[in-house]
Amino acid sequence: MRVAGKGLLTGAAPVSFTFDGTSYQGLQGDTLASALLANDVRLMGRSFKYHRPRGVLTAGSEEPSALVRVGKGSQAVPNVRATQQEIFDGIDAASQNRWPNLKYDVLSVNDLISPFLSAGFYYKTFMWPRAFWEGLYEPFIRRAAGLGALSGESNAEPYEKAFAFCDVLVIGSGPAGLMAALTAARGGADVILADEDSRMGGRLLAETEAVDGKPAAHWTADILNELKGMPNVRLMNRTTVTGAYDHGTFGALERVGLHGPADGPRECFWRIVARGAVLAAGALERPIAFPDNDRPGIMTAGAVRAYLNRWGVSPGREVTIFGNNDDAHRTARDLADAGVRVAGLIDSRADAKVTGDFPVFTGGKIIATRGRLGLENITVEHEGGTRIIRTDCLAMSGGWNPSVHLTCHMNGRPEWKPEIASFIPRPGAIPGMVVAGSAQGIFSTSGCLADGIRAAGKVLQSLGMKAPTIELPTAEDQTYALEPLWVVEGKGRKWLDFQNDVTVRDIRLAAQENFRSVEHMKRYTTQGMATDQGKNSNVAALALLADATGRGIPETGTTTFRPPYVPVSIAAMGAGGQGMGFAPQRFTTSHQASHERGAPMIEAGYWYRPSYFPRPGEKTWLDSCNREVNMVRASVGVCDVSTLGKIDIQGHDAATFLDFVYSNTFSTLPVGRVRYGLMLREDGHVMDDGTTARLGDNHYVMTTTTAAAGLVMRHLDFVAQVLRPELDVQIVSVTEQWAQFSVAGPKSRDLVNAMLDNHVDDASFPYMACGSVNVSGVPGRLFRISFSGEQAYEIAVPARFGGSLYRLMTAQAESMGGGPYGMEALNVLRIEKGFITHAEIHGRTTAFDIGMDRMVSLKKDCIGQTASRREGLLEDTREQLVGLRPIAAEAKLTAGAHLFDKEAEAIRVNDQGYVTSVCYSPTLKTNLGLAFLKRGRARHGEVIRLVDHLRKIETLCEVCDPVFLDPEGERLRG
Amino acid sequence: MRITCPLCGTRDRREFTWQGDALAIHRPARDAGPEAWDNYIHLRENPAGKTRDLWYHDPCGTWAVAERDTVTHAVHSTTLVTEVPR
Repeated sequence: MRVAGKGLLTGAAPVSFTFDGTSYQGLQGDTLASALLANDVRLMGRSFKYHRPRGVLTAGSEEPSALVRVGKGSQAVPNVRATQQEIFDGIDAASQNRWPNLKYDVLSVNDLISPFLSAGFYYKTFMWPRAFWEGLYEPFIRRAAGLGALSGESNAEPYEKAFAFCDVLVIGSGPAGLMAALTAARGGADVILADEDSRMGGRLLAETEAVDGKPAAHWTADILNELKGMPNVRLMNRTTVTGAYDHGTFGALERVGLHGPADGPRECFWRIVARGAVLAAGALERPIAFPDNDRPGIMTAGAVRAYLNRWGVSPGREVTIFGNNDDAHRTARDLADAGVRVAGLIDSRADAKVTGDFPVFTGGKIIATRGRLGLENITVEHEGGTRIIRTDCLAMSGGWNPSVHLTCHMNGRPEWKPEIASFIPRPGAIPGMVVAGSAQGIFSTSGCLADGIRAAGKVLQSLGMKAPTIELPTAEDQTYALEPLWVVEGKGRKWLDFQNDVTVRDIRLAAQENFRSVEHMKRYTTQGMATDQGKNSNVAALALLADATGRGIPETGTTTFRPPYVPVSIAAMGAGGQGMGFAPQRFTTSHQASHERGAPMIEAGYWYRPSYFPRPGEKTWLDSCNREVNMVRASVGVCDVSTLGKIDIQGHDAATFLDFVYSNTFSTLPVGRVRYGLMLREDGHVMDDGTTARLGDNHYVMTTTTAAAGLVMRHLDFVAQVLRPELDVQIVSVTEQWAQFSVAGPKSRDLVNAMLDNHVDDASFPYMACGSVNVSGVPGRLFRISFSGEQAYEIAVPARFGGSLYRLMTAQAESMGGGPYGMEALNVLRIEKGFITHAEIHGRTTAFDIGMDRMVSLKKDCIGQTASRREGLLEDTREQLVGLRPIAAEAKLTAGAHLFDKEAEAIRVNDQGYVTSVCYSPTLKTNLGLAFLKRGRARHGEVIRLVDHLRKIETLCEVCDPVFLDPEGERLRG
Repeated sequence: MRITCPLCGTRDRREFTWQGDALAIHRPARDAGPEAWDNYIHLRENPAGKTRDLWYHDPCGTWAVAERDTVTHAVHSTTLVTEVPR
């Protein structure tokens, strides 16, 4: 119920919202949980395993029970914490893990058979028959247990990612965080203050106390106003810092648009790089494990105060409080002051000092609770006897656990502090981060304010900045005393992990069955798993395990907290990476023209290249491909080859440099000539191949394969900077600066001459010549090189002229009976000629294997030369490059198939080699293949059996030379 | 993870490519013998602690030697490979 005159929402606008189909009214600033409690709705969900009715346990992101689905269809988000979701007009939320509805859930039958469903039940029960696991047991268990479900539809809503940098990142905006941010900001540092709440202030918004003589919320607003006015401060509310990573990098999730109707980004995943950080994440209150402590209406004492003092809502009309510490008394006092009936304060300590206008039971314990869909009464055992108290809300407090999570993300292990019966961070757990306030185990407001100043001062000092003098505001400075109380024995289940339905009995069973290590216990019982990651229950579970195994808590250890601190949607983390955002796209200058011709594109790394150019009447890609191959062989074809890596190499030692990186020699290459070059890795295997042209005495331009362009560039930089820094050589990639087109076929010279201002002829521009030319007035380059076996040229112009030159050339080619050709035809043309690609030089082949060992010059040193002479790399028994022709021309060959002797069984030990490239050759009217075959060069003419077990193909092939067409190269020189 | 490029300054690790131990700087002579070449090409320490390795800053094409710690992930220094004493 809403309490008149209480809370910070006084005067806020009304908001209508829907929960499970029923409309309710709340206020602007309400969370779904506070608004439902204001409407006396206590039942909000069903538990994971037993479908127990559950209400809200907390008032923050640690909420384990009140998880709801928000939105509909593809926009639905499951497992949203009702304690964090702000309401807005029209928001549609629904409960989860129940059927047919929240009040009557069929699978709550699980609760009746719960004695059989204890820890390890599934492991013990569904052992056999093994085949039943996937088909029967698992689907059933998955349906019966669980939280919310995804819609299964693609999520079209926008998510973002962003980067931020600062001097000091302050995590948490409670008293410690505010003072830390203020100190760092006044000290001149660039500050980011992040808080996961919609409103900054932390516990200061949830308590009725004064800071500097003002109500805490007013003081908070004043500090925030000052921070807002400073240019060096960035306030990030609704932003949970989810992880601490190396070198001051933090992940953070901002709920950008989840508190309003869907427009704009929903969430943003931030990567924040901070030179220093203050962790002021506060502390989380822990429940007490007493019998049936999970009924809707039972929640933490701090949450009850937050609902009352911040949202003006009392979660009950007759509230009882159960605690083991002084802090719990505040809840009773605040409720009584607000006029809510306090039906009893039960303190487990016999010597607790409490005064108030309500019944007090010292040395008391709750031994039973009743109420199926909501708490109705509790049974209290105390010094004066046993009594039943009618109550609809029980506020419990087992003490507070500092939020040490982020300090554990880089292997830091927290240390046990007996005075507070909890863990505190170990100093230096995250380099550059100082922990302040409750996260450090300091629980008075005054102590937190002071600690925030101290922490920020320490960070400033480490950054070489001077800490300003900040006056400590006056505030409450009470001591926090507690006596650990982990469990109240008695009949009934004592819940620890509300989200995974883990009880005290489960922990003891784990210990009894020898799962004594905390990590084993966790996995056996599922304690601390799922969306809350044990934020509410881990310490208590650990204490119980320590007790059950007869060890102390520090010796028992802790489980490892890993990022993220709260669940992060994949959509936010992978923002921008859906669909075409997954990888960058690189387009050639001819892309538009190819697209207009209807060419399907094929990806080559990040590049998109035309696969083939369909013409009317062509039914398959092969029809087009065959026509393009015939076209090149008979007249002329044009193909964009700009994607090949182009590297400009200059300097007095350019020739020496190339002699060192290529296995063959380039210092002897005359100016105006091109040479094929083979590049090895230092281990003697082939790295890449390509042609290099000598444009001047000290000027070369190298081409690489498309696939290895980046790798070769890095390799050349490596050689120049790491291995041969004494050489005078400059290397730069010019791949994107030049558009380059191959013109291939008997009519290629005519086409090239139609483009050039000054014509070339065979005598002045023979095979493997290169030089500067004018292309319709544009200075360009011409190379007479061929990847098709035909007379061919490559013509290069600055990239800005590429698109228009391509259109000119393809139009000219068509007027000559030619046209453009794509990757499919390019591949056929090169296989017919026996030219290799990375299908052949795949990283495990040597120059010897591909028949080029004579290209490894021994007259000079080069990368890979020594290793290429190693024993085993030059033996005849190695698999060597051969050609394959099927005995029956139409018989299929497949790349990846293996080769066997004609009569041998097709098993691994009889393997003779494998096929790397295949095509149908319209020129030779047969299928063709390139393959690696043991002793292959000596086996030309032999018949061998190709076997593809995967596609069920067997083909007899004749082994032949890999150059199927024009071995003398007459066409090339023609 | 952040690495300092000696030319560009501190950048995200995703701008860099790792190449392995910095002993790659010391390439043996052609006739150094199989053992020296085996060491150079294949044999690497796998230290839990201090290590020196080569990193390439892709945007500017610079090779640097980073002294770092495989346990704490601290990067102690980065030096232009051309300025490393040989």
